[in-house]
Amino acid sequence: MEPKIKIRIITREKIQEDFLASIFGKFFIEVTSLAMFTLRFFKEVWKPPYELNELLKQSFLVGYKSFPLVAITGFIIGLVLTIQSRPTLAKFGAVSMLPAMVAVSLIREIGPVITALIFAGKVGSGIGAELASMKVTEQIDAMQVSGTNPFKYLVVTRVLASTVMLPLLVVLADAVGLMGSFVGVNLKGNVSASFFFQEVFQSLDFNDVLPAIVKTFFFGFAIGLIGCYKGYYANTGTEGVGKAANAAVVFASLMVFIIDMIAVQLTSVLQY
Amino acid sequence: MEEQTVVTAESVPGESGPENKSGSPAVVEMIHLKKSFDNVPVLRDINLTVQKGENLVVLGKSGTGKSVLIKCIVGLIDHDYGKLSIFGEDTAQLSEKQLVETRRKIGFLFQSGALYDSMSVRENLGFPLRRQQDSIPKEEMDSLIKEALENVGLAKAIDKTPAELSGGMRKRLGLARTLILKPQIMLYDEPTTGLDPITSKEISKLILEVQKKYDTSSVIITHDMECARLTADRVIVIKDGMCEVEGSFDELKNSTDPWIRSFFE
Repeated sequence: MEPKIKIRIITREKIQEDFLASIFGKFFIEVTSLAMFTLRFFKEVWKPPYELNELLKQSFLVGYKSFPLVAITGFIIGLVLTIQSRPTLAKFGAVSMLPAMVAVSLIREIGPVITALIFAGKVGSGIGAELASMKVTEQIDAMQVSGTNPFKYLVVTRVLASTVMLPLLVVLADAVGLMGSFVGVNLKGNVSASFFFQEVFQSLDFNDVLPAIVKTFFFGFAIGLIGCYKGYYANTGTEGVGKAANAAVVFASLMVFIIDMIAVQLTSVLQY
Repeated sequence: MEEQTVVTAESVPGESGPENKSGSPAVVEMIHLKKSFDNVPVLRDINLTVQKGENLVVLGKSGTGKSVLIKCIVGLIDHDYGKLSIFGEDTAQLSEKQLVETRRKIGFLFQSGALYDSMSVRENLGFPLRRQQDSIPKEEMDSLIKEALENVGLAKAIDKTPAELSGGMRKRLGLARTLILKPQIMLYDEPTTGLDPITSKEISKLILEVQKKYDTSSVIITHDMECARLTADRVIVIKDGMCEVEGSFDELKNSTDPWIRSFFE
């Protein structure tokens, strides 16, 4: 008797359907899971104990330890932006507008976004890798067994530290960036510091500074939260640690741009 | 921790748990305990008791759910069905706060030691103490840390970091960190895995010392027959998510069942 052979015909449409279902399914599961994680954060953040020592430690680690990198980058951005803008302004005979132009672009957009991206690369990946490695080595389980709420101790403190420290880093990066710009202006000119900073502050108003600072709280929150989420739910094994760190940077950077886009739209609607 | 509805065995008519044969109080009791992951059953029907002051060794092939069993006891994993009692109290009937209090009486030695990499040896031991007693004076904490380290022979390593310790020292430090809270039940997840025979023997002796000194009840999961021989008051073997056989080490060693004998060969 001949063996029966079952032939299953898989159409191209079926493959595409399965592929899309798989992609969208994963996407919605991920979004729901992140939303649950965020809700848990808001539920836990009000409950004692408040883990103040760990919060201070994390603030030191994510804030103070990031300052040199942020300062160097801010200085270079201010310097380069000034040097690159000068020829264009010179064509229109508007070199005197250089401090004002650099200040507005730096304070409104470039300072917050570049600092947030550096922060995502340094702090977001660090948090993701740290929590993932703690999960892989059962340190999170050990914490739970010893009567500690690991979510409060690890996640809440890191997210709060990121939320509070990023705006401070942005202010510092903006200040150092303006110093870089001052150096850039003086490479091909002779402008006094008092004149430069007078031009800078005359060009800025409340509507430039406040929205730019407010959005950095959201950047910091998103970076901390995504880093913690990716680390806390990392797959076991060393591969999971690498993936968590990588995913934390990618998603946090993407979120920075999305939040920035929303913030710009909101600001323009509210201002005009 | 997963939040699930636990169906207790008491609600199932005609089902009852194992009898407490020795008459001494059972500190842990499992009746018809079941646990599945993604519809794959890991624990199918576990019935066991651990008496006060007893060392229970759990044997079984890898992947039979031994670690899941002790993680259910400590509350890292919630069981799906059955009754789990700790110190005579059904965990399904306890509030979250009562559960935390009950679980504070349980110590867990992880297979990897699960030491906090970012902390020194002193901080690793101080962490659980500070979590449980907010206002513990520094002198008292230092004295407890020194005592715990002396108990496991690691007094000189107090200012080292976990990365500077050998595998055996990490296991001993993990044990010291667990013992510092003076638990009444100790759960050991493969305490001698990855260690040389001499260090394994030291750890096994340490388990016995802990039992005698603190009168703890222990559940020891191991593949190390020498560790099982040295530490076991009673041995159970898990097969296909169920307790296949139970007895003393020698009884099981002399079993006529070739499958059970294969563990001892």
